Amino acid sequence: MLSVVVFLPLAVACLLALVRVPDAAARWGWFALSVVEVGLVAGLWFGGPPAPAGGLRFEQRVDWIPLVGSGYHVGLDGLSWPLVALTVVVFAACSVHALGGRDRPRQQAALFCFLQTTCLGVFAAQDLLLFFVFFDLSIVGMYFVIAGWGHGDAARSALQFFLYTFLGSLALLVGFIGLYLAATPHTFDIVELARSAPLQGSGSTGLLVLGAVLLGLAVKTPTFPFHTWLPPAHTDAPAVGSAVLAGVLLKMGTYGFVRIAMPLLPDAWRQWSWVVLAVGIVSVLHGALVALAQTDLKRMIAYTSVNHMGYVVVAVGAAGVVAGSAEQARQIAVVGAVTQMVSHGLITAALFLLAGALHDRAGTYDTGSFGGLARTAPRYAALFAVAAFASLGLPGFSGFIAEFQVFTGAIATAPVAAVAVLGILVTAALFLRALQRLFTGPTTGHSVRFRDLGASELWSAGPLLALALVVGVFPGPLLDTVAPAAANVVDLVSR
Amino acid sequence: MSTTHEDPLALLPEIFLLAGALLTLLTGSFLPRDRQWVSRSVAVVALVGSATAAAVALAGPARTVYTSTYAVDGATGVVRLVVVAATLLVIGLGVPELSGTARESETCSLLLLSALGTVVLAGASDLLVLAVAFLLASIPLYGLIGASRSSAAAEAVVKTYLLGALTNVLLLLGVAVLAALGSTTVYARLGTGLGGSPAAAVAVGVVAVLAGLLFEAGAVPVHSWVPDAAQGASATAAAFATTVPKVGALVALYRLVDALPGTGPGALDWRLLVAVLAALSMTLGNLAALGQDDPRRLLGWSTVSQVGYLLMPVAVAGRAAEALPALLLYLAGYTVTNAGAFAVTAALPQRRTLGSYRGLARRHPALAGALLVCLLSLVGTPPTAVFAGKVAVFSAAWDGGLAWLVVVAAVNTVLSLVYHLRWIAPVFGAGGTAEEGAGPRWGAVPALGAGVGVLAVGIAAVPLAGLVGPALAR
Repeated sequence: MLSVVVFLPLAVACLLALVRVPDAAARWGWFALSVVEVGLVAGLWFGGPPAPAGGLRFEQRVDWIPLVGSGYHVGLDGLSWPLVALTVVVFAACSVHALGGRDRPRQQAALFCFLQTTCLGVFAAQDLLLFFVFFDLSIVGMYFVIAGWGHGDAARSALQFFLYTFLGSLALLVGFIGLYLAATPHTFDIVELARSAPLQGSGSTGLLVLGAVLLGLAVKTPTFPFHTWLPPAHTDAPAVGSAVLAGVLLKMGTYGFVRIAMPLLPDAWRQWSWVVLAVGIVSVLHGALVALAQTDLKRMIAYTSVNHMGYVVVAVGAAGVVAGSAEQARQIAVVGAVTQMVSHGLITAALFLLAGALHDRAGTYDTGSFGGLARTAPRYAALFAVAAFASLGLPGFSGFIAEFQVFTGAIATAPVAAVAVLGILVTAALFLRALQRLFTGPTTGHSVRFRDLGASELWSAGPLLALALVVGVFPGPLLDTVAPAAANVVDLVSR
Repeated sequence: MSTTHEDPLALLPEIFLLAGALLTLLTGSFLPRDRQWVSRSVAVVALVGSATAAAVALAGPARTVYTSTYAVDGATGVVRLVVVAATLLVIGLGVPELSGTARESETCSLLLLSALGTVVLAGASDLLVLAVAFLLASIPLYGLIGASRSSAAAEAVVKTYLLGALTNVLLLLGVAVLAALGSTTVYARLGTGLGGSPAAAVAVGVVAVLAGLLFEAGAVPVHSWVPDAAQGASATAAAFATTVPKVGALVALYRLVDALPGTGPGALDWRLLVAVLAALSMTLGNLAALGQDDPRRLLGWSTVSQVGYLLMPVAVAGRAAEALPALLLYLAGYTVTNAGAFAVTAALPQRRTLGSYRGLARRHPALAGALLVCLLSLVGTPPTAVFAGKVAVFSAAWDGGLAWLVVVAAVNTVLSLVYHLRWIAPVFGAGGTAEEGAGPRWGAVPALGAGVGVLAVGIAAVPLAGLVGPALAR
């Protein structure tokens, strides 16, 4: 059944690519698909069979490349389910947003359906090679989104995006092959590798393999100093492309930390954890400070992504630092990391969808060329303000729950993580300043005759923010799902 | 070890190819120009017959025949199938170009002869058979490349011929030296025979033989004919010459490296030599491809870099259990991919610059899709054929102790992405040039077939290599 969820969008993508349906049919077809996907994921989770003890729900295993011991192995646990749910929700929001689009809707819908399969595949995969296949295909899909529907210097940004993330994915592949060769018998199966941790106690080999895996994941996340591809990619991507890139694709990197790097290479992870923690802290501060300096709204949001994903890196880094018997604190940090992935996905996707409205109407993201927008576009102002407050970590929103746990867990194990709290302060400042520039004061520049949000824009960003609010007010179900899996990761990394 | 009582049908697939080549030539010479398709059909029938016989033979046991001079094992079996499939694809993509021309039947005949030489090259387990197979595989290439009678083709054929003649002489010299030192030409006894010989003399012999095989494979340092042939020859000849001979040459290299003494006084570190050649081939090929503007020349340099990856499992022959299956998997994937990319250029003969592919996705979406799949496969993006091969080859090389080569290959893969994207970007870019000439009709069929094949090999990931045990028959 999980395979149906993963491959249904691909089937629709093939259909849309091959059959020349009218534009409206393509748009509504994509929308219908994403609604079905949301329904399927929800139905599966609440109505599906329970997980066998310590196992994966909806597990499925088929031989694929017997030559290298790789299989089609999928399944969900508390780490992957929130991200699968996030994926279908973000894509559904994009499909709503695209109902108002006019630029080659059929091809765009096909491409996004294809992307949806790759994203779901990454989070469902329980085999390293399968993970890699989907991981790499998502890069190809996003390349075409940026190159085909972007603006500005789209071709160049797309190329830069492809080169950077492809280099990262190859480092990842090299690391995977190292893990595969270390296991006896050779296997790419994640569950199998987590059980045996083949490079445990292997000294420098384990460190090098983890180094390759970390490099690959760090480029994708992206963390300082591998984040330079992100701002141009976002600036030149279309709104829905940015939403998917920031909302879902960036999570593949941090998901890889908790799914692959920590459980499969525990002792190497513990040795590298100080580096990871340091990189996380630098990302948080660097992202926030550079975002503060931006006048381009989309670049600013892009840099806050570096900052927000930095919290996740801080959390997983802290979870590897074994200081006394802080088992519980490390578990809280991992739960916080997964919650932050979901939270950032919802909020940033909404922010990018909203930022797209500026470009649609005025052709620019320059905050200086707007002013007093609250008067001409009250709905836009309200929604953007909500998104901004959610993003800066206001209590009541998912971001607060996530960051609170990240810091509680991280500071308890590694007090130095407290430095990263400064990032929240800077983020608050930059969002408030952006709100002030865009929405307050006399109505000037492009704000004059600014058309307020249409239905498709309202109903794409709105539900994402509503979900962020729901998670912020009732975090229980999400945290209960993540907690056992997080405990498992902490157990595995403490071996 | 073979018995003296030989099975005459052991070489049935090869016999089909030889008979097919002769029959094609004969039929062609009695037919008027507008009915030359009959001779082409003869060639196709012979190829299909050869493939059927090869598939049947795969089920048999691995053995050597004719006093251990020819190996009928899994490796030979896979090469027989791959070469036939590639040749069929080449004949298919050549239809629009060759149909009704004066040299149609001759071209088909030469293709079959070179295919035969390639298969024998892969199966040879004796130095003299190897030498004969080399001649049989390379001489038809000169005819094929020169057949289109343009000045570019003339230059290409002169270059190919000179390099081929040089390496041919070297190969014969090497065979003579090794035979003299080892007092045998059969691989099975070569290892022990060379054991006590002076290392320098063995080195001269082996390097000379390697030179010949590297020419056939289009590897550094005897690669310079490849881009010229890819650009100057007809699409048919270019697709064939840059794809098919490699299959035989690389398996022959594998057999040779595997047969050489691994330890003792006569042993040298051949593996390191091959590994260095692999690194040079992939790096040089990629760097040279970066600046190309002619899609065929770009593909030519790209094949030089692909030989680098293909040499990786050769460098760990006998050291890693999966080296041989990995080599065969990569060969199969590479062959269908490269032939597919050439098939697209053959279907669009007027487009000779990367820029002229602008807007192809609008005009011919299926062809653009096939090109995208083939180019992404050449880069090694999943789930395509070359990706499966790359994972297998990387694993084998690392397992055999060449982790540094894996890193070099990974970096090179990123390099190769740059120039393949230079081609992909205009295909899917906005705008477009005015349509030149007639649109591709039947010419697109082989390209689409190859595109589907690339995905099929990648997703089904080839039971083909699974048919082969890790060991060769000697």
